[in-house]
Formats: sequence, C-alpha cells, structure tokens
Amino acid sequence: MNVLKRTALALALPFVLFAGWWVLSADSENFYSPPLSAILTAFGDTWTLDRIRADVLPSLLRLFAGFLLAAVLGVAAGVAIGLNRRLRAVAEPVLEFFRAVPPPVLVPVIMLFAGIGDAMKVIVIVFGCVWPILLNTVEGVRAVDGVVLETARSYGVTGPARITHVILPSASPQIAAGLRQALSIAIILMVISEMFAASNGLGFTIVQFQRGFEIPEMWSGIILLGMLGFGLSLLFRLAERRALRWYEGLRAAQRSG
Amino acid sequence: MTTARRDGPARLGNPVLLGIAGPAGLLLLIELAPRIGLVDERYLPPASRIGAALVTEAGTGVFWTALWETLSAWALGLALAVAAGVVAGIVIGSVPVLRALTASTVEFLRPIPSVALIPLAVLLYGTDLGSTLMLVCYAAFWQVLVQVLYGVADVDPVAFETARSFRFSAWARIRYVLWPTALPYVFTGIRLAASVALVLAITAELVIGAPGLGREIAVAQASEAVPTMYALIVVTGVLGVLINLLARTGERRLLAWHQSVRGEVAL
Repeated sequence: MNVLKRTALALALPFVLFAGWWVLSADSENFYSPPLSAILTAFGDTWTLDRIRADVLPSLLRLFAGFLLAAVLGVAAGVAIGLNRRLRAVAEPVLEFFRAVPPPVLVPVIMLFAGIGDAMKVIVIVFGCVWPILLNTVEGVRAVDGVVLETARSYGVTGPARITHVILPSASPQIAAGLRQALSIAIILMVISEMFAASNGLGFTIVQFQRGFEIPEMWSGIILLGMLGFGLSLLFRLAERRALRWYEGLRAAQRSG
Repeated sequence: MTTARRDGPARLGNPVLLGIAGPAGLLLLIELAPRIGLVDERYLPPASRIGAALVTEAGTGVFWTALWETLSAWALGLALAVAAGVVAGIVIGSVPVLRALTASTVEFLRPIPSVALIPLAVLLYGTDLGSTLMLVCYAAFWQVLVQVLYGVADVDPVAFETARSFRFSAWARIRYVLWPTALPYVFTGIRLAASVALVLAITAELVIGAPGLGREIAVAQASEAVPTMYALIVVTGVLGVLINLLARTGERRLLAWHQSVRGEVAL
C-alpha cells in the first residue's frame, strides 16, 4: 500500500505536466512550440538506430573518454598534492584560478592546439572536468583521519599500499562528490564543443535542426539531451551508492548512535 | 625520522611566499615555453604579450561595456533564480504533500544540462540578453531550490511545534523558525548558484553571441587575435575567483552568528 502510494505521488506531477503540455499544445499554431504529439512523432522519426549510432554514440564515447581521463588525472594529482604540504601551498592558488575559469572558454583555446577533431573535444572535457575532481581529492586526502594514518603506519602499511588501502578509501566520499560535479560539467562541455565545431554528435545535430528551423526535431533533441543528463546522473548515483555503501552505513550508524 | 611527515611551519617555508611561487612559476612557464619554441607562439603567446593585450583591452570602451553586460546578466539572472528558488523551496519544503509530489519532477529536471536549452533560447530571444538570462536562471535555480529544500527539512520539529503552540502565525513561523534554520543552506545555494551563473552567462555569450565577455572571446578567436583571446579568458577567470571570494566572505559575515561558521568553539 505504502509503495503504491509513493509510486502514485512520484508519478502524479510528471503525468499532470505531461498531460497539460499535450492538451495545451494540442492545436498550437505557434511555430516555436509545436504540439507535443508532433514532437513525439519527430522523436521517433529522428532518433532512429542509425542516427543514434552516427550522432549519439560518438558524443557518449567522447564524454566517457574525457571523464575517465579527467578522473584518473584528477585523483592522481589530487593525492600527490594532498599528501605534500609544500606542493599544496604552491599549487593551490593556481588550481583555484583554473577552477574559476568558466570551462566553455577553453573551447576556443583548445581548438587552436588540437584542431576540431575528436581529440579537441576529449581534451576540452578533460580540462573542464579535472579541477573539481582534483580539488575535492585534495580536500579528501587532507581530511584523512590522523589516527587511521598512524595506525596504518604502525602496522607497517606504507608506500603504494598506504595509498590504495588507507588514503583512497578514506577520501572516496569527497572524490565521489568531485566526480559528480565533473559529470555535469562534462555533459555541458560535450554539447558545447560540438556546437562550436563538429561534423557529428548531439550538440551538432540539435544546432543543425535549430538553424534549419526544424522545430519539432529540435525539441526532440532537447528532450533526448535532457533524458541523457537524467540517465547519466541516475547511473552515477547507483554506482556511487554501490561503491560507498560502507560510508552511508557508517553515517547512518553515527547519526543514530 | 618519523617527525619528517609532520613538518612544522619552519620546515614548510613561508606560506605566502610559496603561494606566490605557484602563480609566478606558471607565468614564467607561459613566458618561456613559447619563447624557446616549446609551443607554437601563434597558439600560446608569451605571458608578457597576453599582459600587453590585457592593458590594451582595458583601454577600450568595448571591453568595459562587455564586462558590464556580463556582470549585469550574471547579477540579474542570479537574483531572479535566487528569489524564485527561495520562494519555491520554502513553499514546497513546508508542505509535505507538495514535497512528495514534486520530488520526482525536481530530480528529473535538475540534471538536464542547461546548454540543452541553447537552441530554444536562440529561437525565442535571438542574441539578446534574454537568451543569457534564460540559461543563467535555469541553471542557477536548481542549485538554490535544492539547498533550500534541504534547509527546510533540517528545521527542528520541536522548535516548530513550540512555535505552533505559542500560536505563531504561519508567517511568523516561517520568519522566526524556518528561515534562520534554512539560512546557511540558502547561502550555500547562492554560493553554488553564483559560480554556475557566471559559467552559463559566459557560455551563452560565447555560443549564442549575446553581448558580453564571452562574445568578445569568440570575436577575438574569429579574428585570430590570440593574445586578446587569452587576456579575456584571464579576465573571466579573475571574475570567477572574485565571485567565489565575495560569496565566501559574504557568507561568513552574514552567518557569523551561526554554529557551522563559528566552528566547534561551542563544544
């Protein structure tokens, strides 16, 4: 019963909004907001398997390549900087500056170096994503419990084992927070780098539709992009919950204790 | 040997000096790398030429107009988003049914990348301020709303019930019980929204061509004025740092009474 009620509550508003959009736009004459039925028809016609393979897949591959690369670089550099106070004092102002630069302005710069191919887009995503991951890793590494560190030391856990078994796990909730921020930046940069210069990809296709005044198709692209954003964040949350199960349990225990 | 890890301030060196060493080293690198041919000068001009371009830019009226346009779009969009986010957050947060009803919709709409709205903004507003505002508001609104929702959920039920037993009106309950509890969250939301708003303002200008610094960057890129482009990018970075700094100090000042800011002295 409870589950039923919760599901009903969760679905009610989306249903009402959807129905409202459908009814209000049903005989819309406005060129820019076509009827929802037309958009949905366009959605089916536009995003065929071929289209997905030609445009959505390359976008996603660039997104994942950039995000993973940024994660590896960010965590590695973050651990190094977090463990060394002198390095941190030197690097922190520079890092704060790079983080504050709005990532999309990197697109024109990186276009100079890397042209307009896939490499450019991946580098743009890496450059934009790496800062939140890096800075959060530094914070996480700094906040590792001193007692845990000393205990590990007395048990002779040193070198690489210290990093993989003590420092990374303790810092992982912070790292996950950085990764979550980076994911939304990655999606933005994926779209923008394709809007700037590309021959395929989601951002490119949607702008093509807009320039060709193919309005229902454009709307369908916006909806697809929205679904993509939602899907990726859901996926991330599932992965995070799995990887950080111990942490959630710890926090729950602390709260009730 | 074991003391080596806990190096005291004496071993560390002067923190201010080290802090200056980072940016200074970066500048030196950018100055030397193109000069000795490590990178192509056409792609990365030496720091001194970027600096010269910055000085030239600062002497033109166009630059200051663009800076003003970016900042006003940022401020206006942020203000609209904060107002809407706070009101919506308090209304949704304090009515349990509304909260349960909207949770799924908020969770669905929030991760939608606001750049997805770029084509729509172009069609609706062209290259006007409206395009920028639409993107800025959309992106910043969720940051505020979600934080306000957390804040409202954090209200102590005993305090709230006590206020009710003392026959505080609904308005007084919001003003004196709910608002002070939610305030730190509101500030967190504003801080997050402020940097997101800047990113989206610059993005809209860069991609759509709405007036502002972003468009100047696109113009500089198109006319291959590489040092000017770098100079403008540096300006956007400085803006970002200043906004972060402003938000943090503002937060600390206005919330000086609050426990999370006072630290753990009370314990």
